[in-house]
This record gives sequence, C-alpha cells and structure tokens, in this order.
Amino acid sequence: MAEKVKNSAVFFNPLSKDNPVIVQVLGICSALAVTAKLEPAIVMGISVIAVLAFASVIISLIRKTIPVNVRIIVQLVVVAALVVIVNQLLEAYAYDVSRQLSVFVGLIITNCILMGRLEAFAMQNRPWPSFLDGVGNGLGYATILVIVAFFRELLGSGTLLGVQVIPQALYDAGYQNNGLMILPPMALVVVACIIWVHRARNKELQEK
Amino acid sequence: MENLNLFIRSIFIDNMIFAYFLGMCSFLAVSKNVRTALGLGVAVTFMLVVTLPVNYLLETYVLRPGALSWLGPEYAQVDLSFLSLIMFIAVIASMTQLVEMTVEKYMPALYSQLGIFLPLIAVNCAILGGSLFMEQRSFPSVWTAVCAGAGWGLGWLLAIVALAAIRERLQSHSNIPKPLRGIGITFIMTALMGIAFMSFLGIKI
Repeated sequence: MAEKVKNSAVFFNPLSKDNPVIVQVLGICSALAVTAKLEPAIVMGISVIAVLAFASVIISLIRKTIPVNVRIIVQLVVVAALVVIVNQLLEAYAYDVSRQLSVFVGLIITNCILMGRLEAFAMQNRPWPSFLDGVGNGLGYATILVIVAFFRELLGSGTLLGVQVIPQALYDAGYQNNGLMILPPMALVVVACIIWVHRARNKELQEK
Repeated sequence: MENLNLFIRSIFIDNMIFAYFLGMCSFLAVSKNVRTALGLGVAVTFMLVVTLPVNYLLETYVLRPGALSWLGPEYAQVDLSFLSLIMFIAVIASMTQLVEMTVEKYMPALYSQLGIFLPLIAVNCAILGGSLFMEQRSFPSVWTAVCAGAGWGLGWLLAIVALAAIRERLQSHSNIPKPLRGIGITFIMTALMGIAFMSFLGIKI
C-alpha cells in the first residue's frame, strides 16, 4: 500500500496522524521508562532517530538480497550493530546520561518501532523514502517522549533539564512537588492523557 | 535463601511490566483474552528461564573482561564486553527458533495455540532486558540467573493474565469515554495495577 505515497506524507504522517507511540502503539517500553527526566528522554529520542534512519537505509539497500526466511535475523543484526555503535558513543561522550539510560539503550534493538518500520516499510521501498520514514517515525517517537518527560519533570521535580523552573515563592506558599509523577506508573497515565487529547481531536482514530 | 529472595523480588517488586515497562508491546497487544495471554505468558517465562542462564555462561566465560583467561594467560587481557548486545540477541533469536521447532515437532497442539506468538518473542524486550539486567547486576552464579529468569517470567505472566482478565470484563460492563476506549484505558489500568504492585516494595524474606 505504501508504494506510491508522497515523500512528504511519508515524513509528516508519523508525527501526528500515524504516530508510532500513540497510534501504532509501538516502542512503549522505552518511551515510558526513560521519561522521568527531560535530558535522558531527549538523548534517547535522538538515539532512536539515528538508529532508525540508518537501519532503514541499510535494510532498504539490501532488501532485494535478503532471503525471506531469515529476514528477522538480518534485521536484528543490522539494528544490533547500529545500537552497539550508539551505545559506545554515548559511553564515550555522555557518560552520565548513558548511566541513567542504563539498559534502555541496548533495548533499542528490541524496540518494536524498529522492527515494525523495517518490516512494514523499508523492506518494500527505495532508500530515500525509507530514510524519510525512519526519521519521521523517530521524530514522532521523540516528540511523545519529550512531551511526557516535560510534564513528569515539571510536576515531579519542579525542574526542566535540571534547572529549577517553579519559583521558590510557590514552595513557600505551600506548593509541593508531586512525587507520584516520578514513579513509573504515572508515565502510563500521562501517555493515556496524550492519547485522550489526540483521539478527541482525531475522531477517526477512536475505537468502537 | 538468597536465590529464593531474588525469585520473590523478581515476581513482585522488580516486576518486568510494572517496574521497568519491559515487554509492553506484546503486553498491550495480546491481552484481549485470558487464554492467549496465558499462552504467551508461559512462552515468555520459558524463554527467560532458558536464555538467562545461557547468556550468563556466555557472559562469564567469553565476554567479560578477562573472561577468556581459561584459554590461557595470553587471553586474560581480552575484553569483549562491547559485543554483549549482539551475542545476547543472537542467543535469544536462535533459542526462539529452537524452541519453536521443538514445540512444533513434539507438542503440535500447543504449537497451534502459540504459533503466532513464538517468533514474536525474539523481539520481546522483557527477554533481552532480563539478560541486560543480569549483565548489569553481575549475578554470582548460574542458579541466580535461573531464579531471576523464572521470577521475571512469572511476574510477566501474572501481569498479562491479570490485565487480560480485567479487559475481558471491561468490554461488556463499562461506559468509557470514546477517545479513551481500547488502548487509552488499558494504559490507565496498567498504571493503577503498577501502583498497587508498589505496595510490595520493601518485602524481605
């Protein structure tokens, strides 16, 4: 079905109408676990964009030579190699963030967005549209990550990117940070709220 | 005793779903009815119990810095730990293939029930996540790895079966706001279950 879609649509659809996280429900695991603070969320978003874009191009270039039976393994190996590179880069240049992300960088390998996009798009399309599709989906994923992390860090710790945002006067007046927002389950609730708003505005996405 | 403690902790406190959000994709997609949820849960548990010890041995005798010293003193400097991601995923993918073939040959009835889920397990984050946590926490022995694998697997099974049971009832008995139907309300339910599971925090045996 994706044969004749315009390049611009390939790029822009995943940002909202066909968002990988809130519409296709892919890649939830990492989207929730790394969003307690804004900084790791941004780093994670960038890593996924990079891996997804390059993996799409590579798979798209060799798509005619991959035997159908072993395609999953081939995809896994390509993705794993890219993730190893990203992991080593992060450890070298952003050690603190890479400690915070812990195993979740490695888990990009099993991020369903990657397998989903490679299988559904890159296997059937030429490299350039695949690249756009990869970047678009990565951006869609990163957008959700940043939104979730923004609310969780703001309400949970009163900071953004580690800088105090909520003024001290508010705390003096009795304002308290909502410690619940830092806990893992609240990430789910924030995502659910995003889905709620998004589907209220895009009625065609609502389920019966 | 140590291992039993770890086993219980892995089920309730370090629960894969509620504490780490691992394996969410299939958790959300396959929790529409209890039977299939149970099938997938069993398959995931089995894979965790098998792959964790294998990856542990791989980590201890091949990948860790100095792990190759059993080959001779000249290998003591070799550090292959940067390969761990690729090795783990290769073990998991091939194990999945192996289990799929075994089940197909000897238990065709179970195979037809699980059929579609088995290959999907290779990309279930809970399995790879288990191996990565194992590497990060440097378990003392292979039995620890087995216990942790069993605990994480059972915790995952518990979570998906509970969620499937709630979703089954929710479908026929509730009036949910339209935009929240389906995936939205599932997220919120998972969050509430996660908060409930937090009450296990601090249990010691």
